[in-house]
Amino acid sequence: MARYSALSLLRNALSGHRRWPRTWQDAEPKRHYDVVIIGGGGHGLATACYLATRQGIRNVAVLEKSWLGGGNSGRNTQVSRSNYFYPESGAFYEHSLRLFEGLTDELDFNIMFSQRGILSICHSAHEMEIYRRWANAIRMNGVDSRLLSRDEVKQRVPQINLDCRFPITGGFIQERGGISRHDALVWAYARQASAAGVDLVQNCEVLDFESSDSRVAAALTSRGRISADRFALCVAGHSSQLAALVGLRLPVSSIPLQALVTEPVSAVFDTVMMSARIHAYISQSDRGELVVGGGADLYNSYAQRGSLGTHLETLPALVELLPLFSRLRMMRHWAGTCDMAYDVSPIVGPTPLENLFVSTGWGTGGYKAIPAGGDTLAWTIAHGCPHELLRPFQLDRFRDGRLIDEGAASGVAH
Amino acid sequence: MLRITCPYCGVRDQTEFRYGGEANRNRPLQPEQCSDQQWADYLFYRDNPKGLLRERWVHSYGCRRWFHVMRDTVTHEIVEVSPMGALAPAEGGGE
Repeated sequence: MARYSALSLLRNALSGHRRWPRTWQDAEPKRHYDVVIIGGGGHGLATACYLATRQGIRNVAVLEKSWLGGGNSGRNTQVSRSNYFYPESGAFYEHSLRLFEGLTDELDFNIMFSQRGILSICHSAHEMEIYRRWANAIRMNGVDSRLLSRDEVKQRVPQINLDCRFPITGGFIQERGGISRHDALVWAYARQASAAGVDLVQNCEVLDFESSDSRVAAALTSRGRISADRFALCVAGHSSQLAALVGLRLPVSSIPLQALVTEPVSAVFDTVMMSARIHAYISQSDRGELVVGGGADLYNSYAQRGSLGTHLETLPALVELLPLFSRLRMMRHWAGTCDMAYDVSPIVGPTPLENLFVSTGWGTGGYKAIPAGGDTLAWTIAHGCPHELLRPFQLDRFRDGRLIDEGAASGVAH
Repeated sequence: MLRITCPYCGVRDQTEFRYGGEANRNRPLQPEQCSDQQWADYLFYRDNPKGLLRERWVHSYGCRRWFHVMRDTVTHEIVEVSPMGALAPAEGGGE
């Protein structure tokens, strides 16, 4: 892989940018691999990349039914944070955030990670009590968080309307949280994986499996039969469909999560702000668009669009909080298909079939988890048992009643 | 905006309703005889189909009654609406 540098940029600029090497190779699928990963989004690509670069397993294919990163990885609001409540979640997402901090260097690709802080605001005395408990729990998890008074919120976000409906009483902030460019993250992992020998196969949909009760022998795809020693499902909202092909059911429902962007404006908003109470969150992208999200549409859907009713909640909340944005035009809206586990925590690890692994349940919070999800799943596939950080997040927790309810920390009404 | 026909009130906007998840989730008649996995199957596991889904809705801002909807989860087209109790319960339990 030719590394990017100021010199290579200059050389290519002088030759009209016609000689950049392909970012990744568009592979023809082989008939057999050591590991086949189904799903070419952030989690699938990161898993493949770390299998090759950290676990020494390079005979790997990623099968993607359309184009790399075309699913939820191309539809999220780019937030990274580790301010979850339970220690198990804190440990996992903190691992991911720390990987984010070094990722541009590690992957030689500018993912534009900007640690501009994640500010969660609250709107009543009772909510302030809950947030105090939450902020302290985060600190007990060894993660940074700081409570803010009402005045400190105003200092941090001068444009905020403190006396919105309902008046703001304070909040807490994780300064190390931030945003990055979601497409860049996908391409960075694709480039590194491809350079390390992984076959990235697009336009390759898994239509069925050749399997028994105990093993998967092969994937039957739109580009032929592909066998492997081990398989991993990294298909987010389609987890139930792929699992059903081998007779597995999952504690997962697929719901839409919408987002919108405004027309681009000059730099005006320098943090990420979330209000769980009135269901809106906002940041400003590097292109100047305000990226706005809110609560999820609360019905099962694979349509990658929600309905207008959700905008009628999100946008008034936004305008209440930040009146200066009231005349901005919304440029585009879309949705992803979120695989919600019953306890809104991920399910990553082995399945009842001995050579099939699953990475699902990421719900509305999968983007921030891509580096750690890939790292821990790659380890798990290589070793045949769950990585230490994944042990609390196994499928059997539903049988044993050890749920990890991160509904609140998901930050999205569900 | 989903437009849902409440069997009692007629067509209303989706914002008047609350979603109740998949139908055909039948509480085992003798839970004490279920294994932990069978109980987990009832509580947590879902079919989550891509396509036609029979589901439950309640008209929270209207008559507040529950009913069934058959809807396509890809096109959002509502194919059928029926009141609670209109369907025969699946074997092994009641609605």
